[in-house]
Amino acid sequence: MGSREKLPPTVTLAVTRYRPEEESEPTLQTYEAPYRKDWVVLDALNYIKDKVDGSLSFRWSCRMGVCGSCGMMVNGEPKLTCAAFLSDYLPGPIRVEPLQFFPIVRDLVVDMTDFLHKLKKVKPWVVREEERPLSEGEYRQTPEQLDIYKQFSMCINCMLCYAACPIYGLEPGFVGPAAIALAQRYNLDSRDIGAQERLDILSGKDGIWECTFVGECTKVCPKNVDPAGAIQQYKLTGAAHWFKSVLLPWGRK
Amino acid sequence: MDVFSRDVLVVGGGGAGLRAAIAVAEANPRLSLAVISKVYPMRSHTVSAEGGAAAVIKPEDSFDEHAYDTISGGDWLCDQDAVEAFVKEAPAEMLQLEHWGCPWSRQPDGRIAVRSFGGMKVERTWFAADKIGFHMLHTLFQTSLKYDALQRYDECFVTRLLVDDGRCRGVVAIEVATGRIFAIAAKTVILATGGCGRVFPFTTNGAIKTGDGMALAYRAGAPLKDMEFVQYHPTGLPFTGILITEAARSEGGWLLNKDGYRYLQDYGLGKPEPKPVLRSMELGPRDRLSQAFVKEQEKGRTFEGPYGHYVHLDIRHLGEELIDRKLPFVRELCRKYVNLDPVKEMIPIQPVVHYMMGGIHTDIHGATPLPGLYAAGEVACVSINGANRLGSNSLTECLVFGARAGRAAAGFAAEQKESNPAVFAQASDEQKRLEESLLRKTDGKERIASLREEMQKTMEACAGIYRTGAALQQAAQDLHQLQERFHDLRLEDHSYTFNTELTGALELSFMLDVGEAIVASALARRESRGSHQRTDHPQRDNEKFLAHSLAYRTPEGLPRIDYLPVTITRWPPGQRVYGK
Ligand SMILES: Cc1cc2nc3c(=O)[nH]c(=O)nc-3n(C[C@H](O)[C@H](O)[C@H](O)COP(=O)(O)OP(=O)(O)OC[C@H]3O[C@@H](n4cnc5c(N)ncnc54)[C@H](O)[C@@H]3O)c2cc1C
Ligand code: SF4
Ligand code: FES
Repeated sequence: MGSREKLPPTVTLAVTRYRPEEESEPTLQTYEAPYRKDWVVLDALNYIKDKVDGSLSFRWSCRMGVCGSCGMMVNGEPKLTCAAFLSDYLPGPIRVEPLQFFPIVRDLVVDMTDFLHKLKKVKPWVVREEERPLSEGEYRQTPEQLDIYKQFSMCINCMLCYAACPIYGLEPGFVGPAAIALAQRYNLDSRDIGAQERLDILSGKDGIWECTFVGECTKVCPKNVDPAGAIQQYKLTGAAHWFKSVLLPWGRK
Repeated sequence: MDVFSRDVLVVGGGGAGLRAAIAVAEANPRLSLAVISKVYPMRSHTVSAEGGAAAVIKPEDSFDEHAYDTISGGDWLCDQDAVEAFVKEAPAEMLQLEHWGCPWSRQPDGRIAVRSFGGMKVERTWFAADKIGFHMLHTLFQTSLKYDALQRYDECFVTRLLVDDGRCRGVVAIEVATGRIFAIAAKTVILATGGCGRVFPFTTNGAIKTGDGMALAYRAGAPLKDMEFVQYHPTGLPFTGILITEAARSEGGWLLNKDGYRYLQDYGLGKPEPKPVLRSMELGPRDRLSQAFVKEQEKGRTFEGPYGHYVHLDIRHLGEELIDRKLPFVRELCRKYVNLDPVKEMIPIQPVVHYMMGGIHTDIHGATPLPGLYAAGEVACVSINGANRLGSNSLTECLVFGARAGRAAAGFAAEQKESNPAVFAQASDEQKRLEESLLRKTDGKERIASLREEMQKTMEACAGIYRTGAALQQAAQDLHQLQERFHDLRLEDHSYTFNTELTGALELSFMLDVGEAIVASALARRESRGSHQRTDHPQRDNEKFLAHSLAYRTPEGLPRIDYLPVTITRWPPGQRVYGK
């Protein structure tokens, strides 16, 4: 608040525009927005939408980095725009584009239905033999057991990791980092017995073996989920499973 | 126009909507079922809840204690039959969520851990560090994927309820990605569209919380109940309104004025102790704490910053280890958004609009007075929250009453015959309205954002922490003018593809209706109770106002206020005593 450094009065944003009814391909349009120290890129986009150009479209809601709606490419990197401060991109211009590797619906909005199918495919729910009645109370789970999967449960489905993954860029069928991390979240949960079913899905085509350990997913993840770690763990179990089933048929569960 | 048909249609994919949908699928797997939501379900604002969800679990706790805390916290405006059902069903709902995989925080032996929350006599808030809403929503969403009967219409925006012959028979919606307008004929509709914090300028609520369901029901003839009760949370970050959870205080945080003094001791909330004391000081109820802030400000004992007055929340003495284990999100949010580390520095905070106690009038099964229409979650008013909600009751409410509404709606749907073709004409009228008055509208001069800002300022000026009849009267007129000006809206976007200007306009018009209902209800209630404080009527008046207000929309569009007595079972109105 008492800072004396000289700040620019405005900042320029170069923003992707694409309206499929009008344009055959995306173009960049520049806008000026006021510069404020505590503004994030999303605030500038909202300023533009409210005061300058009501036709600019993008998704957002929570403005606190937890709903996962506002992922975009900011100067070429996947970011949550509600957590990307203008001050980190001075003097500008700041390039704001839709998440790469996804089909663009309109302006900054991408189509992520594909992820929802993939998510469902990995069975992200607790699988168990038999439901215990609620009257018998909770499944015990110690803080240590919780810690084992906790990190993988923090995924907000923001899709930044997909936009960072070169494999996904080449091979859109690839299940991808977040879905694998979420599968692993349930595999490692002491209340779940679905690991085998998920492994069968994930060791098939488009599964874990597509990944060549680029590790970009973990670097861009805003919630420290470490999807690359999940994939690595998975490959180890996957390999063990392959050995068991191929070389030691009786070892199969 | 495409018309689909479903036995049960749930509008909203937040905590309440998903819980309701799963309840329908489990109650009667033969019913056709869908969830329609204007955002992907996991974007719903339930995701942002931090502190926890209340349910009795400790041996020294009891249903009666939970009921009493809730009823006294609500200043006796809660329906006690609803509260009794709520507290009894709460533990099973929490356990159900545990069975579905929610990563609840645990005790060393693996049992569920609980923490205390404001206005509570015994610890009963189940938590998942400080991200319960996120975990609850993703657990429900991921679990919902295993029910094949559950179909979803993601990113489809409901614009209107179809009503014929005194019954709700479906909805009209826009598929946002394509602009396609379609109808869903449904035997029952469950509204679970959340709250309306965005009616105010400074709120913890996300952009999507625009009161859509409240306005949809209100326009369809169902009354809105207790709309004057708006909860200010005492601890929001200046500028963004990002919430610093009450858990920060239940773990032992202090509220300090500009002299470093724990000022709550001056407001009948008990004596300052170094350790947190239940139902005392920083663990008093939210309405009292927010009111104390205003009094401190009047005494000149708050700080003044670029975004208004603020005080400090101090959690430094809790230490880094505890903060990281139990309040990691608080630390993350402070570092990111106010550039300070709460392990070493005090957090600037100010009261912020947080939650609507009011909503669509329902009975304890979630049924509204309009047959075929149910409601649950923040959009509904059962009422268990009365004049002031107790922290951590609302997520539990989403589960308990989401499940109840789901079961009741499933039962109702199974008894109905095919839906009525008369609604198709209504649906195409709605399509015409959307296209002519919005999508193809080329004249007009008002900007959405300016009208929205004016509405928000009006609401803050008249319906804030303290209110007066004169200001409310003025606001009623101002809102009426804004309603007029809405017809002169200028829209720049005529595309059918992901048109967020169109949805923004629809949200604005929903908010204007909801704002009018809030103001009219607040004007009519000439007493002070819970979060509704009238400086011109400073006393609680049980003679006249131990009653729920019901706002009905008149044919002219203005609200008409009626009253319904509060249900009292075992706890006659008493004084709210804290700090003793
Ligand atoms: C920051 C914050 C912290 C909180 N912390 C706590 C806490 O610790 N404990 C607690 O008990 N409570 C807490 N609350 C309150 C609680 O989180 C909410 O009351 C609750 O989550 C509301 O859930 P819901 O399912 O009713 O609505 P929401 O989660 O808001 O969901 C609404 C749904 O309706 C859909 N929808 C809305 N309009 C339309 C439309 N026109 N067409 C189609 N779909 C529509 C949306 O897409 C969304 O899916 C907190 C609230 C906030 C804001
Ligand atoms: S793993 Fe991280 S980057 Fe990927 S979707 Fe989840 S939160 Fe986003
Ligand atoms: S707006 Fe919710 S994550 Fe950015």
